[in-house]
Amino acid sequence: MKAVSKYGVSENGYYGSFGGAYIPEILYNNIEELKSKYLGISQSEKFNNEFSELLKNYVGRPTPLFFAKNLSEQYKTNIYLKREDLNHTGAHKINNAIGQILLAKELGKKRIIAETGAGQHGVATATVCALMGMECIVYMGETDVQRQAPNVARMKMLGAKVVSVHSGSKTLKDASNEAIRDWINNPENTYYLIGSVVGPHPYPDMVARFQSVISNEIKGQLKTILGKENPDYVIACVGGGSNAAGAFYHFLESEDVKLIGVEAAGKGIDSGHTAATLSVGSAGIIHGSKTILMQTADGQITEPYSISAGLDYPGIGPVHAYLNEVRRANYISITDTEALEAALNLTKKEGIIPALESAHALAALGKLQFKKEEIVISNLSGRGDKDLETYTNYLNELKYAKQN
Amino acid sequence: MNRLDSLFQKKKNNILSIFITAGFPKLNDTASIVKQLQASGADFIELGIPFSDPLADGPVIQDSSTVALANGMTLKLLLQQLREIRKEVNIPILLMGYINPVLQYGIEKFAKDASEAGADGIIIPDLPMQQYLEEYKSTFDQYNLKNIFLVTPQTTEERIRYIDTNSNSFIYLVSSSSTTGKKTGIDGAEDYLSRIQKMNLKSATVVGFNISNRDSFQKACKYANGAIIGSAFVKAVSNSNDVAQSTKTFVDSILN
Ligand SMILES: Cc1ncc(COP(=O)(O)O)c(C=O)c1O
Repeated sequence: MKAVSKYGVSENGYYGSFGGAYIPEILYNNIEELKSKYLGISQSEKFNNEFSELLKNYVGRPTPLFFAKNLSEQYKTNIYLKREDLNHTGAHKINNAIGQILLAKELGKKRIIAETGAGQHGVATATVCALMGMECIVYMGETDVQRQAPNVARMKMLGAKVVSVHSGSKTLKDASNEAIRDWINNPENTYYLIGSVVGPHPYPDMVARFQSVISNEIKGQLKTILGKENPDYVIACVGGGSNAAGAFYHFLESEDVKLIGVEAAGKGIDSGHTAATLSVGSAGIIHGSKTILMQTADGQITEPYSISAGLDYPGIGPVHAYLNEVRRANYISITDTEALEAALNLTKKEGIIPALESAHALAALGKLQFKKEEIVISNLSGRGDKDLETYTNYLNELKYAKQN
Repeated sequence: MNRLDSLFQKKKNNILSIFITAGFPKLNDTASIVKQLQASGADFIELGIPFSDPLADGPVIQDSSTVALANGMTLKLLLQQLREIRKEVNIPILLMGYINPVLQYGIEKFAKDASEAGADGIIIPDLPMQQYLEEYKSTFDQYNLKNIFLVTPQTTEERIRYIDTNSNSFIYLVSSSSTTGKKTGIDGAEDYLSRIQKMNLKSATVVGFNISNRDSFQKACKYANGAIIGSAFVKAVSNSNDVAQSTKTFVDSILN
């Protein structure tokens, strides 16, 4: 977990002009404690031993880097899938949850709260809480409770209390608001286990470090397979941006590696139903961090939309706002339908059912021009079990459309 | 002189402040409410700038914010209304709101317009002290806009001293570690409040959060120069057909 300097966070928590910690005074001590201890704890030998051991034998890391032959033929290049879907609990979210639960334990916290969109972070948090014997409360928007029902059932079976949130658009933003309110009401005994590279400093940096295992492994695996560490492209979907931050992390300073973040366009960036923050947003403050967000001219945060619960967020991690600004990474967006088609395509071509979030990164393959000899990594952030109902409905719609 | 400074110079005890979200319950109710608050004997007013995502607020103030936004309230309209209100109201008026709407309005433009409209200060719960000192203070000072800091049961003595040193008006003592309107009453806060009272701060102090009636108001005033009522008042006018009358009834129940 080496610090990245040029694109890393500054001492007071900024990436360029983005980041910081805009939090109410009640949380001052909590944030100060985290700020002063997260590096020391996470860089200690004890922590690293436990973290590595759990990633290996509990999560099942390293995850494979799979050469997708059929997809490569389709796009006339060399496509490798980083199989984060094969992690225990089915997505990259568990990497961060393990890191933060060890930190929470070290800080002596007993009660864990989390927000979740797709439910993958909620499941990961409920899982590590079961493992460590900690109380777990997960906030989830009512819309997401409905569209990600299998994950709600898993969280409950794991012993978490799932609180359905009814405010706003009843999705990830609103779940985050409610989790922060819980923290304000319970600052002493509670640890807030944030699921992406969002929120006040030091969360974005901390989560990126815990997810950086993804790019660290890719480097080693490419070295073994190809004899060189760097690919030509790394592509990842971006909700808050944690799987992308982890997949980019160790390539940030290798400027010849093209980094592509993929946001959810929803029904299209000009449709008024989108979650493509960098396309339609502007600078402001959301959930304690200065970043790009979707808002009205009057500074009210607007409701995002995406078919994918994990990308349905009106903000983006400050690190991505910065990488976009300085053009170190490029961000594109993919519509609901393009993502659904990409999910069906991967399933048919490679026998892998991806999460709807990851399907956005796969759809991006069709939007870019690759050379035949180039090496392209697509981060397959999660598996699609939770999205089966959405996929089935889409397949039925297609069948119906064909018949008529 | 800033109206807050004059108030705290003149009056040392039982200062009553009432919070109301601008544009709630109806878009044009704010003027009637504020005028009646002055007539009934409130000492100063906190006018809430509605925000889509009020993180430090409980359900009552959240809902009032949602209604006010649906009614069409904006920061610009709020300042227009305030300008009109100032023709008749001369007690101090503070704005209370989250940082993002202020940022979008523009810090300098906000300070200028708010001050010209007749605001005396502002409370921004998600603007930390450090950011304020580095990026906002000189502008706010230029327009004689006081920035009010919060202290909570979690705040260390050292930090309270630091806040006191940097404060140029009263300090807002949050009665419990909670969002607004979480509990009714301030039982359990006595030790914390008396600890702060014994620190003999240079700044005046006003207790807020969970003050809901005459009893909790009086209790809070034992430890501070005054107290602020928010959620309980918002609730009291929320279904009212005659907001002036409801305001009068509410303030009378606290003071008489
Ligand atoms: C499988 C999967 N991928 C991606 C995301 C988006 O999160 P992030 O952008 O932080 O990686 C989620 C969030 O729930 C997810 O479940």
